[in-house]
Amino acid sequence: MTRFILRRLAGFVPVFLIIATLIFFLIRMAPGGPFQEGERFVPPEVLEQIRDTYNLNAPLHVQYFDYMRDLLRGDLGPSMQQPSRTVSEWIVLRAPVSIELGAYALVVSVVLGLFAGVLAALRPNTLTDYVPMSLAMVGICLPTFVMGPLLVLGFALKLQWFPVAGWDTAAHKVLPALTLGAVYAAYVARLARGGMFEVLAQDFIRTARAKGLSEARVVLRHALRGGIQPVVSFLGPAAAGLLTGSFVVEKIFQIPGLGKQFVEAAFNRDYTMLLGAVLFYAVLILAFNLIVDIAQAWLDPRVRYD
Amino acid sequence: MTKRFLASLFFLLAAGCTGENEGTGNGNSSNAPRDNVLRVAADAEPQSLDPMLTTGHTEHRILCSLFEGLTTLNQKTLAVEPGVAQSWEMSSDGKTYTFRLNPAAKWSDGTPITANDFIYSWKRILSPKLGSEYSYMLWCLENGEKYNKGDVTDFAQVGAKAIDDHTLEVKLLYPAPYFLTVHMHNAWFPVQQATIEKHGNIDDRQSKWILPENMVSNGPFKLVEWQPNRVIRVVRNEHYWNVANVSLEEIQFYPVNGNLQTAERMFRANEVDTMETLLITKVPAYKRDNPDVLRLDPFTATYFYRINTTRPPLNDPRVRLALAMSVDKESICNDVLFGAFIPARALSPPGIGGYTADAGIDYDLAKAKQLMAEAGFPDGKGMRPLEILYNESEDHQMIAEAVQDMWKKNLGIDVTSSKQEWKVYLNSMTALNYDVVRAGWIADYLDPMNYIECFTTGNGNNRTGWTNAEYDSLEQKARFEIDPAKRFGFMQEAEGILLGDTPIIPIYTYRQRYLVSPSVQGYDSNPMAYMNYRYFSVKHQPN
Repeated sequence: MTRFILRRLAGFVPVFLIIATLIFFLIRMAPGGPFQEGERFVPPEVLEQIRDTYNLNAPLHVQYFDYMRDLLRGDLGPSMQQPSRTVSEWIVLRAPVSIELGAYALVVSVVLGLFAGVLAALRPNTLTDYVPMSLAMVGICLPTFVMGPLLVLGFALKLQWFPVAGWDTAAHKVLPALTLGAVYAAYVARLARGGMFEVLAQDFIRTARAKGLSEARVVLRHALRGGIQPVVSFLGPAAAGLLTGSFVVEKIFQIPGLGKQFVEAAFNRDYTMLLGAVLFYAVLILAFNLIVDIAQAWLDPRVRYD
Repeated sequence: MTKRFLASLFFLLAAGCTGENEGTGNGNSSNAPRDNVLRVAADAEPQSLDPMLTTGHTEHRILCSLFEGLTTLNQKTLAVEPGVAQSWEMSSDGKTYTFRLNPAAKWSDGTPITANDFIYSWKRILSPKLGSEYSYMLWCLENGEKYNKGDVTDFAQVGAKAIDDHTLEVKLLYPAPYFLTVHMHNAWFPVQQATIEKHGNIDDRQSKWILPENMVSNGPFKLVEWQPNRVIRVVRNEHYWNVANVSLEEIQFYPVNGNLQTAERMFRANEVDTMETLLITKVPAYKRDNPDVLRLDPFTATYFYRINTTRPPLNDPRVRLALAMSVDKESICNDVLFGAFIPARALSPPGIGGYTADAGIDYDLAKAKQLMAEAGFPDGKGMRPLEILYNESEDHQMIAEAVQDMWKKNLGIDVTSSKQEWKVYLNSMTALNYDVVRAGWIADYLDPMNYIECFTTGNGNNRTGWTNAEYDSLEQKARFEIDPAKRFGFMQEAEGILLGDTPIIPIYTYRQRYLVSPSVQGYDSNPMAYMNYRYFSVKHQPN
């Protein structure tokens, strides 16, 4: 197992370097730059000085090797657009918020999704099937930028249960977690329904029922374990998606997460901040892939010897 | 079983929700309404709080609470009032100002502010390596531009001198009758030398002196908390010289990062008392249902189109004027923009510094058609298709589509519109890679010169390729004229030439549009959107 993990980790190094290289050149190919004339004129002498400060006047390959050298030392440089903090400081400040939001959303999606999916599978083609499955379909189709404001309208402005925006108290976190979790809950529900439906039709369930076990015991002890397999394999990509895909929710609810920082860095051509955020996300996604790989290897010995 | 399971889960969830809600009131303890605490939804997260490095409007509104220049302006009338300087004199040629600093003026750490603090601050913003994008504001100082560009290295040659601790002499290149009002701008604010040097060099862009634990400032408030994208909190500065006249105890700025819908929702939920900008689509509903909280105030800012005068057939002034005359600005303001803005006839906003342009471009179809025919394009025949360029935004798109339609209908010209992402759009505009491009200009100081100077030959803000020797000479005459009436006369003439030659199409004068809770007092509007927070107070009605 250790060898397996080490081998996977070794494979990550080139992937990481390729991502860094690609992004480094891609963002420099985008028109404009971090320091250019804005809506009002900026004297060229001034722009020249700023570019000098950030090594942007050096030839591209020099900039690249300088950046990679610093990167390998763990230095992501200063943020070009929000200069009072370094990129690493920004990530340390902002990423935990996105991770927290993603974690809540993951819990929401698993709890709501499993509950609805299992319920639907137990009573196929009845109201208890149609209602949650239709809701799930709506959840999948409804983008977060519609879902979020709708939830705010209902629960914050009309019922006044939760605040409209912000990230302070527990109450602040309910609506964003619901909004972000809803789409994934819908997927989980459909996967769980499918999985459970299949398992419930199998012989060993009939046997269990024939033995006179209670319905709850049949479902929870026997069927669930097999039924949620598709959900488990979906959780890896879902977790990565929740952590990296929270930008819209962060914007709607004014949440100080990394997603917002990331997208704004792209618009502002904040080269260092953008690279830092991409690399951080890359590490996260690689880590989640590794966890999924390990889980699979643990469950299925054949994987280990591939 | 499933029914019971469902019911119990529902109860659990419901209990969880309400449980979290209890004890926190409206789910929110930190920004609960309190007397004399002003809660503001700010349009954006500030890039920085360094008065010499920020360029945005939101930053300016925050910095006005933290810093104070030599003078301040009255919140309502914009009349010049004492700031750090308690009095001043102007020489007879209008080029030398002597400021007497208030000996009671102190930094937030209690140390006195001296004339040398201003010298140091102006030296800092003009330091070439700091790369301040607003340094050109100080180019009106003798040798200011040369020092900024590195042609002069001894700051003693720049037109600012400390006569003694409390006397500051400023020498200008030209008489600038608006000079006493420029100090409302953050480019002119003082910073404390000891604080800057404790955290870096004079020209360090990445200095951490602006963080709450480090910052020393001199305004009515001081920074106590800055949680990026969450909140910026400033509290009353007990060392402020005029603290007795400051009612607010605290201001909280909540950045919404361009999501103006969130700002409006926060206002509705009483999470903020006021906001920077209301979405224009919300204006009609507030006008109808809740006019008491809605503010639509004049703003010294103009929305206009630039025309690329280097590209045929737009190099023909008749074609440009015809294009301008066939834009129905009244209809754009009322039908497209929900009546939120005022149709503009000229470039300079009406009334700026007491000046309103005599000349103007009005909607005149007959004249426009005649001009097109004279230029050789009767009913648009032979005219090549034009493209209107704008940066991504729903408002700009709606306006572009309306103009597109008007030019097609009125002049028979085929027009396309194209949107570009912000930085790409800026590139296209500065490189003159467009036919017609949308633009805007917010005044930096209260004087029409701020608009006139933009379109002189070679000015970096011109961006139309337009040059006119007579215009340039009138701008220079106005710049060096000391008699106010003659000065305005030169600018009137210049603006007449600009509008007649039409490198730009004025479309509307902006209005500030925002909501203010009835609990806020003293929030008088002024056309510069300048914030003198010492006039503000907040008193909530008991529920």
